[in-house]
Amino acid sequence: MYYRAKKVVTILLIHAFLFSVALSCIVPFLWMMNVSLKHPEEFQKGLIRKSRFSGQEQQELIDARVVREFEEDKAYLVWNVPNEKILRARLKKINYSYTKIQRVQKAWEGSRDFGLRPTATFRWENYRTVIVKYEFWRYFFNSLFYTFVTVTAIVIISSLSAYAFSRLQFPGKNLIFYMFLTAMMIPLPAGFVPVYVLLNKLHLVNRTGYVFAMTNMGLSLSIYLLKTFFDGLSRDLEDAARIDGCNKLQIWWHVGLPLVAPALAVVVIFNALNVWNEFVLASLMFTEESLMPLQVGLMEFSSRLVTQHTLIMAALTVATLPIILLYLKMQNQVVKGLTAGATVG
Amino acid sequence: MTAHKIFGAVAVCIGILCGGCAGTETADNGITLWHWMTDRDEAFQELADRYTEETGIPVKIKLFFPPGLYSQKVIAAARAGNLPEIFGILGEKKTLSSFIQAGHVENLTPRMNAQDAAWESRFYPETLAVVRFEEDNAYGVSRGIYGVPVDTTVLQFIYNTELMEEAGLDPDAPPKNYAQFIDAGQKARETLGIDGFICGWAEGWLLNALATEWAINIMGEEKFQATIAGEIAYTNPQWIEVFTLFEDLRESGILANNITTITNKEAEDAFARGNALFSFNGSWAVNVYRQLSPGMEYRFFALPQVSDDHPVKIWGGAGSAFMVNANSPLKAKASDFLEWLTEKEQQKYLVAETNNLPAVKMQRESLPVILRPLVDDLGALTHPNVWPYNEDSRVLEAMNRGLQQIVMGIKEPNEVAEKVQSIKDRVTEQ
Amino acid sequence: MNLSFRDKFSNFSFVLPALAIFSVFYLYPFFYTFVLSFQKYDLISNPQFVGFDNFREILFSGDPWWKNDWWSSMYNGAFITFWALTFQNILAFALALCVDKVIRLNKFYRVVFFILPVLSEIIIGLLMKQLLSGEPIGSDVLNRWLYSMGLGGLTGEWLGEETVRLVTALVHCWKGFGWAFIILLAGLQNIPEQLYEAARIDGANAWQTFYKVTVPLLLPVMALVFVLTILGTMQAFAMILALTGGAGGLTEVPVMRIYDHLRIRMAGLACAEGVVLGIILIFVSFTMLFISKKIREKYGVLPS
Repeated sequence: MYYRAKKVVTILLIHAFLFSVALSCIVPFLWMMNVSLKHPEEFQKGLIRKSRFSGQEQQELIDARVVREFEEDKAYLVWNVPNEKILRARLKKINYSYTKIQRVQKAWEGSRDFGLRPTATFRWENYRTVIVKYEFWRYFFNSLFYTFVTVTAIVIISSLSAYAFSRLQFPGKNLIFYMFLTAMMIPLPAGFVPVYVLLNKLHLVNRTGYVFAMTNMGLSLSIYLLKTFFDGLSRDLEDAARIDGCNKLQIWWHVGLPLVAPALAVVVIFNALNVWNEFVLASLMFTEESLMPLQVGLMEFSSRLVTQHTLIMAALTVATLPIILLYLKMQNQVVKGLTAGATVG
Repeated sequence: MTAHKIFGAVAVCIGILCGGCAGTETADNGITLWHWMTDRDEAFQELADRYTEETGIPVKIKLFFPPGLYSQKVIAAARAGNLPEIFGILGEKKTLSSFIQAGHVENLTPRMNAQDAAWESRFYPETLAVVRFEEDNAYGVSRGIYGVPVDTTVLQFIYNTELMEEAGLDPDAPPKNYAQFIDAGQKARETLGIDGFICGWAEGWLLNALATEWAINIMGEEKFQATIAGEIAYTNPQWIEVFTLFEDLRESGILANNITTITNKEAEDAFARGNALFSFNGSWAVNVYRQLSPGMEYRFFALPQVSDDHPVKIWGGAGSAFMVNANSPLKAKASDFLEWLTEKEQQKYLVAETNNLPAVKMQRESLPVILRPLVDDLGALTHPNVWPYNEDSRVLEAMNRGLQQIVMGIKEPNEVAEKVQSIKDRVTEQ
Repeated sequence: MNLSFRDKFSNFSFVLPALAIFSVFYLYPFFYTFVLSFQKYDLISNPQFVGFDNFREILFSGDPWWKNDWWSSMYNGAFITFWALTFQNILAFALALCVDKVIRLNKFYRVVFFILPVLSEIIIGLLMKQLLSGEPIGSDVLNRWLYSMGLGGLTGEWLGEETVRLVTALVHCWKGFGWAFIILLAGLQNIPEQLYEAARIDGANAWQTFYKVTVPLLLPVMALVFVLTILGTMQAFAMILALTGGAGGLTEVPVMRIYDHLRIRMAGLACAEGVVLGIILIFVSFTMLFISKKIREKYGVLPS
């Protein structure tokens, strides 16, 4: 009995520990989505019914800068007063009772929320503002475009050479393969500097240069992964195809690629996330705002709208949610893809 | 796998990629102008339209935002040889000199000097100095005027009139000297519970500008220049005094929390929300505050003096200047447009629309009220771009970093002075 | 096997695209880094050869030299790496052990812990900035949460001068522990069940089993995690850029310096810094691998 109780307690403790860490991973994102749906004043100050004041009072309060504006149908009170002392001074100026306003202020204090309460306003407009007015759709599709093109290029180019490294003979084969391997091992913390200088010299600063540079970043690892996978496959099917009269290119396309599909999934996911999340090179390369990918767009956006918390949260949600959903949908492959990417390097 | 679908998609992508690199558009027989100033874009567009109406020459204004991206754009275009007819250059005078030496910028001196220097004499000399290179300058650029300033910016102290009154201070008498400044800030903190002073000190140049103003006030411009020339050390007692001012600011408790992590943009926002009594910002702030908090009442005031020995100089000069592409066949037309842009009429429009100071001499009365006090100070302007020598960027970096560290309380003024001087020594050695 | 030239060439053409891209975007920049690091180049005018000036400036400028900006950025990087090596990896190890033990919900935990590594550094940095930054710019959300949960004593100025470096390190750990967790968990699950059985039959208690079976068998994986943590942490900076922007040098890490120097068009200096950092990293990671090999030999475990 004692033994069993001890076991239950241990399991409970373990779950409590695990659960609290898991909570720390989830809560910030729930908070983010919650805030992204709030009216800015709801986030900053909370909600109060405006019916607490008559029209005359409202006007006086606006004149005294206790309140900035009353919105027509929404019940927010907008305090434009840094603190209580100033509030007192301003109310005194218009002979307004402090105790009266204090009641309202108490309600206000109680309703301060900073995203702790579920949103009451469901302001989808935040998303519209971010996506349409600040053109996040553009950044989003740019990112999608760069990711798609880069990953496609990597898949084709790396599977071609992986196939050759594994199956075909040509002089210098091992040398070239080891060159790719070494490239993977050497950390290049400032690799973006010469690449940027080079692309500047080649006048390839926008899309083309970026796609090429990103393709190169994923190449070595993908070749390595695919080559090892090819090595582990038997050659029977290829031999059969050769007898049927397929040439090498056809064998690669019709036989090789379908066979390495599981490894390709890893390659695709690893590289797709890599390109999607890339920031450094993207922030240096683009000379047109309309070409910027999402990560750079986010950075610029947040430095432009520093204190518009709800809009920044909406923008972050736009950038985060699709990735999280996609990840939840295919989490097995994602985990495999990313860890393979890391551990091989 | 449907192979042709994938190939189709790839073909489309390649099409987009190649389409992207072939896109250097030029208006037919017209002028293209590149700039980065979001707040002035509409006014520029309007003026360009008017110009086209008057002369029939199409002018295309292109805005590139954000500024970081704009400077990459200009560098890339300079390399590729497809700069537009007119462009602005962001950054120090050294950047401008690199562009000049690489042959991208037209020397406008002959035009400026024509007809008894009719064009040149329109400008405030301080404003024009930003694009002027004197004989034997340190940059190795041949003498001349290489650009056309379109407005003037000044860095000034600002106070919130209402908060001043609420703190029990006279809203018409801003602090004149350093001690009064600190007193007022402390009073604001005590009576109103707000910060005395906020500024975007995460950005080193704002600290640097203030330090320069105080340094000139304490030691005079000559001695200040001598420091840059390497004749006087940063460990000189008067420089230590300058650095100590920042320590005093910290100790007086008037600075906003974590002021060294606040960017200029954030500081503007906080000031507009009434979170601080004083701020230090450029004349462009008028525009920014109008957007952030239309009803806020505030005024500019001069540097709180530390000593009476030397006159106060104010950090300022050309806010933005345009350069003419030396390799463009349309460069004469481009200069015509810029000459037109700096006529009184157009400048008046720009000032009214953008709330920046004009680049050309203008009567006080034709300026917006808030800007008028600034015009008196135009004679007292100073800016690295007008100095014979510029401090090396590594020394500046060390100084800005050091000032931040003093404000954070992790370094003593003399430690910082020694560090700055040691870097200065090494730079002069090279 | 004897191949005709035609065959050789057609075989070779399979690797040609990869080789072309690799040469232009890896090999050439790789060697160009070294060239540039001896030059002064502002991207507009012509580059100037300056000998070892860049390196001298990075390594030995300042008085004392080990307090100059480069070495303090190295210190910041090392500080964050230290926390990542200890706190992050111990946390990850503890979590991996726990998840290995529980049967229920273990998939749930695995999925949740790996959310953060999937997201970009910018997103994490911006989100945490919103949560942590205090008045007058931010809204001090975390502190308000703590108050409302009755934990007012834990509140603090998270991104203030005293704490910013530690908080940055912890955010980095928070983003990164999922990696280490997944790798360590895979390592744990690779340990054959028979070994535990055998230990139990020998009468070993849980602690002894852990010490005698789990740890030695997991050593290669741990060494891998260590090296990956060092390389990953010393090269990460986008999150810090988004979170603090450097905080007046308090959280400036080496790669951030390189990036900033490129931004102000000191390409030569940036390259030299890259070379210095690259060499240090290679040295450190090889030392780590060497040490782990020694330890493994001492424990008598076969190198894997």
